[in-house]
Amino acid sequence: MAVDTHKTPPADTPPDSALQRQIAGLDALELAGATTRGRALRIWSSAWPKLGAIVLGLLVWQAVVWSGWKEPWVLPGPADVFPELWKRIEDGSLAESTATTMQRAVVGFAVSVAIGTLIGAAVARVRVLRAAFGSLITGLQTLPSIVWLPFAVLLFNISESAILFVVVLGAAPSIANGLISGVDYIPPILQRAGRVMGLRGLNMYRHLILPATLPAFVSGLKQGWAFAWRSLMAGELIVNFGRKSLGAQLGTDRDVNDAAGLIATMIVILVIGILVDVAFGAADRSLRRRWGLDGS
Amino acid sequence: MSQALQAAPGRTAAAVRLDGVSKAFGSGAGALLALDNVSLDVRPGEFVCLLGASGCGKSTLLNLVADLDRPSAGTIDTGGARVALMFQEPALFPWLTVTGNLELALKMRGVPRSERRGRAADLLTSVHLDGFAKKRPHQLSGGMRQRVALARALALTVDEKDPDTGTVLLMDEPFGALDAMTRDLLHDEIERIWRERGLTVLFVTHNVREAVRLGDRVVLLSSRPGRVVEEFPVPMERPRRIDSTEVATLAGTITDRLREEVGRHGR
Ligand SMILES: Nc1ncnc2c1ncn2[C@@H]1O[C@H](COP(=O)(O)OP(=O)(O)OP(=O)(O)O)[C@@H](O)[C@H]1O
Ligand SMILES: [Mg+2]
Repeated sequence: MAVDTHKTPPADTPPDSALQRQIAGLDALELAGATTRGRALRIWSSAWPKLGAIVLGLLVWQAVVWSGWKEPWVLPGPADVFPELWKRIEDGSLAESTATTMQRAVVGFAVSVAIGTLIGAAVARVRVLRAAFGSLITGLQTLPSIVWLPFAVLLFNISESAILFVVVLGAAPSIANGLISGVDYIPPILQRAGRVMGLRGLNMYRHLILPATLPAFVSGLKQGWAFAWRSLMAGELIVNFGRKSLGAQLGTDRDVNDAAGLIATMIVILVIGILVDVAFGAADRSLRRRWGLDGS
Repeated sequence: MSQALQAAPGRTAAAVRLDGVSKAFGSGAGALLALDNVSLDVRPGEFVCLLGASGCGKSTLLNLVADLDRPSAGTIDTGGARVALMFQEPALFPWLTVTGNLELALKMRGVPRSERRGRAADLLTSVHLDGFAKKRPHQLSGGMRQRVALARALALTVDEKDPDTGTVLLMDEPFGALDAMTRDLLHDEIERIWRERGLTVLFVTHNVREAVRLGDRVVLLSSRPGRVVEEFPVPMERPRRIDSTEVATLAGTITDRLREEVGRHGR
């Protein structure tokens, strides 16, 4: 991309316009060198290694199947799994279980964001709360959420609430932590700049703390999603009360020894997880690029 | 004229008054005395340049005047004046565009929304950065960022809600990263704005000629701890040229004194 054109200075500036043009020239030099590659080329160059990895994965899988390490009804190859996946797409059963799972994921994630943000904001700003709960939240983050499952079942029986409970406990600490570290790492010089400008109270939040915290918060959301998704799968697998969902489907497939169906379901779970993660990653990156946080 | 002011009964009419100001960082054996018993009066409308070796406490002093930090001893009085500070680092908000940074400053000084865009554009013109309004700080060079920071500090010198209070403009090496040509232009610009708005300026620099070019008075600080060593009034008529012989001569005298001061630490 070329440098912006310089508007000619207004008539009331000093008459040394030759000098000004030279300065504009100097500035243009300083900014030179930024180029943008073609969009298609960029997409392709980031896509081909991923496509290559998928192909390689399929090849390895097929090779293991061909090696005869396990019986084909225990470890079916891609040629058995993908037709099974297609069949489930066509008869609507995949759509039904995916819908249930995604609904839980969205609700659970939304509740996690609300709770995580509230707790994060309180802990980040109130010193006593920080001292009391700061390290507890970090500790919670390292606790595998499946540990909560038996307790959730005791509390809520086998129900939607039990699943929601583990999802929120899995995701909320990461989200709170993202917010806390975002607030912690607001550069002191920017806080000083804010004070010199007279930012106080609500304005301080609106114009400094929130925007300065946003990248870390989005990173926290991304990580929170990953934990929510794991917790949800564990929850659905164990807290199964007959409602069709992706996690429950894993259990059903295993019970009827449908290895092809089992792997098909796993592929769906993997793909959904990756897609959402990619979306968060893109938001994260674009934010960081716009904030000038990475050396692009 | 300073005699006339000092002749008045009591101590009056300083825009900034530092009285026996000391600042120590840390405590106990590891404490570092950055400023020691600094007293300095700056008259309203005066342009004072602070000179001193690196690490002698110039930025510390400006932070104290801007009330970003508290002195360990002594008092600082700005008489309720509004203080605008340009930091040594640009300290721009990276999530805002160049114009966004300026508009936020204007907003905080009570400029109505409808006028902000235009005022920000004028400020950019005065630092010779027309056409860069939509850029983000990280897309600019270091020198350009400094100029945006200067424009932001200038934005903070006005106050729509309270136009009668005087303004103290503190600048911490504002032109350190600029080429000589741009710097000369900005000297003219800062001098013009200082005059027009009747600002009181405290200007930190390492460049002795720059100090003589701009200041009514040049204040020399010693290093570790920072103390006022000597003050040099600058008698030359304005506008001055930085490459004139008068400026060079006085700058030479001050440089010799500065060398002497730095040399005391060489042993
Ligand atoms: N927050 C702080 N904590 C501890 N020491 C500090 C702190 N800020 C400054 N100092 C020390 O105080 C002294 C003066 O620092 P200051 O930044 O005011 O110097 P300066 O004159 O602005 O230097 P320069 O010309 O390099 O900008 C230095 O020795 C520095 O190490
Ligand atoms: Mg400094």
